[in-house]
Amino acid sequence: MIQDKEAKYKKGGVVEYREMGYWQPDYEPKETDTIALFRITPQPGVEAEEAAAAVAGESSTATWTVVWTDRLTTLERYQAKAYRVEPVPGNPEQYFAWIAYDLALFEEGSIANMTSSIIGNVFGFKALKALRLEDLRVPVAYLKTFLGAPHGIPVERDLLNKYGRPILGATVKPKLGLSGRNYGRVVYEALTGGLDFTKDDENINSQPFMRWRDRFNYAQEAVMRAEQMTGERKGHYMNVTAADMEQVYERLEYAKEIGSVIVMVDLTMGYTALQSVSKWCHKNGMILHLHRASHATFTRQKSHGISFRVLAKWMRMLGVDHIHAGTAVGKLEGDPNLTRGYYDILRLQHVKPDPIKGIFFEQDWGYLPAVMPVASGGIHAGQMHQLLDLFGDDVVLQFGGGTIGHPMGIAAGATANRVALEAMVMARNEGRDYLREGPQILREAAKNSPALAAALELWKDVTFDYTSTDTADVLPTPTM
Amino acid sequence: MRIHQGTFSFLPDLTDEQIERQIDYILRNGWSVSIEYTDDPHPYNNYWLMWGLPMFDLKDAAGAMFEFKKCREAFPNHYIKINGFDPSPMWQAQRVSFIAHRPTQDDPGFRLKRTLWSDGRVQKYGLEPYATDKPAGERY
Repeated sequence: MIQDKEAKYKKGGVVEYREMGYWQPDYEPKETDTIALFRITPQPGVEAEEAAAAVAGESSTATWTVVWTDRLTTLERYQAKAYRVEPVPGNPEQYFAWIAYDLALFEEGSIANMTSSIIGNVFGFKALKALRLEDLRVPVAYLKTFLGAPHGIPVERDLLNKYGRPILGATVKPKLGLSGRNYGRVVYEALTGGLDFTKDDENINSQPFMRWRDRFNYAQEAVMRAEQMTGERKGHYMNVTAADMEQVYERLEYAKEIGSVIVMVDLTMGYTALQSVSKWCHKNGMILHLHRASHATFTRQKSHGISFRVLAKWMRMLGVDHIHAGTAVGKLEGDPNLTRGYYDILRLQHVKPDPIKGIFFEQDWGYLPAVMPVASGGIHAGQMHQLLDLFGDDVVLQFGGGTIGHPMGIAAGATANRVALEAMVMARNEGRDYLREGPQILREAAKNSPALAAALELWKDVTFDYTSTDTADVLPTPTM
Repeated sequence: MRIHQGTFSFLPDLTDEQIERQIDYILRNGWSVSIEYTDDPHPYNNYWLMWGLPMFDLKDAAGAMFEFKKCREAFPNHYIKINGFDPSPMWQAQRVSFIAHRPTQDDPGFRLKRTLWSDGRVQKYGLEPYATDKPAGERY
C-alpha cells in the first residue's frame, strides 16, 4: 500500500480516489468517528466503490489531482474513509455508501463546520448523477461539544405547567396582510378558546403592512388577556427572523422585555444565525421554536439532497426546543413511518436502527436534551385519535385552518380541538382502544361541546391521501 | 369563570370513577401519584400545598383515591389536583396533572393589571386572582 502510494505521488496527476486511501473496505469505524450513510447514483461507467471514495474524498481532504502537500501531514487521519458499499434494494442505479470521518475533522460545537465538510462541496460532483445524505451517526464525543436545546421537553412542560397531553397550537391566518391589532385578535380568540400557543408564520417578519414591534405588542396583550380569561399559561411564538443579526437581537431583546416566553426563527436564517439565537435563548431562558422553512427544497426527493432525519439531528445538536417534523396525516409531505423515525430522533435518548422508520444508525444522544416535534399543516380535530396514536404526548399539534376556519369562530375552533384532544387522552389513559373507537369517542365528547360537533361535521371527509415522495427502502412484512 | 389548568379542564368535571381510572393510568406507567391543593389558583403558582408525600411504591389506585377523598373532606373549598411523577433519566418531572376537585364552578377570576411604560406607548401586565384579596383559608 505504502509502495503504491509512493508511486502515485511520484507520478502525480489524476489518480482514482480509491487508490488514494478514500476506499478502505477493511476499515473498522472508531467509537469517536462520525459515520455518514449516503445514497449515491454514479454516472454510467463509474463504479460504486470509486463513487463512494470520491464522496469521501471531496467531503474531506481531497482535490481532483494529486498534491505533494498531502505528504506534509498525517493525511490518513484527516481522510474520510468509505468502507462499505451496498446496492439499494430494488434500485439498480443506486448504492448505499458508508463513510467514516475522524473526530479531528469538525470544529467543536459548529454545525456550520460539520455541514461545510459533509455536504459542502460534494453534492455537485460531476461523477455522480445524484447524491443523498440519508443518515448520520454522531459520536457522543462530538455531541458533548454542543449545548443542545435551551430547555428540552420536561423543562418546557414545567414552564408551561402542562403535562400528560400534546400541546395545542395554531398559526395565525391569513399568513400575510393583517394589521397588528387584528392579528392580536386572532391570537386572543385562539388562546382563550383553549389553545396553548399561537404562532407567527414563517414569512411574517416585518413587512410594511405590519411591523414586528406592533405585532409583538398586540400579540403579548392577547396572550395576557387569554391568561386572564382562562387562568392558564399561554404563549405566542414571536418570529424574530430578520435580514441581519443586529435586527434579530433587537427583536429578541424586545420579545423578552415585553414578557414573551417563546420566540421563533426560520431555518432560512442559516446554521450560524440559528446557533447564535439558540445561545441567546440559553442565556435568557427563552423557549426557541424553529420553523423548517425551505427544508423541502433539499429533503424531499429521495435520490438527491439530505434526509430530514439528518437535519433533525443537526437541529437537536444546534439547540432548538421545537422543530416542525411532519404530520403524516396532514397536507405536507411525510410518510407515516419515516415521520415516526424523525420523532424518535428528536425525542429519544437512545435511538435504535429501524429500517421501517428509515433509521440506519444507532444513536446515543449523550444526554443532549430532547426536542419537541411540531405537527403542523392540514390537520383537524377529527384526526385526533390518529395523531395521538402516531405521536403520543410530547408533540405540539398545530391546527391553523382547523382552528381559524371553524364556522362558529376562532375561539370555538380552539375549543373543539382542546375538547377532542382531552377526550382522546382520557380514553387512552382509561385503556380504551382509542384508535379504533376514535370517531365514537369524538362523537361522545361532542355531545357536551357544540364547537366540536360543528368541527366534526365540517371537516368529516377531509384527508390528504397522496403517495409520499420520500419512502423507506424496505416494506413492513405483515405478521401472521 | 372556569379555571382551565391541567389536562381535562375543558371536559365536564371528572367523576370519582374517572379520577380513579386516571390514577390507575399513572400507576400502570410506574409513576408516583401526588395530591396537591390550593386556594391561590394563579396560573404561575408552581407550589400548591402537598397532601403528604408523593405515594412512592403504591400499587393500587384505591389507596390514592382514599387519600384524595380525605384531602377533599379536609379542603372542600380548595382546588385539588392529582399529579404523576416520573423519576426516569432525562425526564425527572411530572407526566400527568389534572384538577380533580374545584371549590366552585364560577371562580371570581383574575385582575389584569396594566402598567404603562416606555413613555406610555407600551404596557406591562400582571395577573392577580380576585380570590387572593381575602386571607388564605377564607377565599372560597
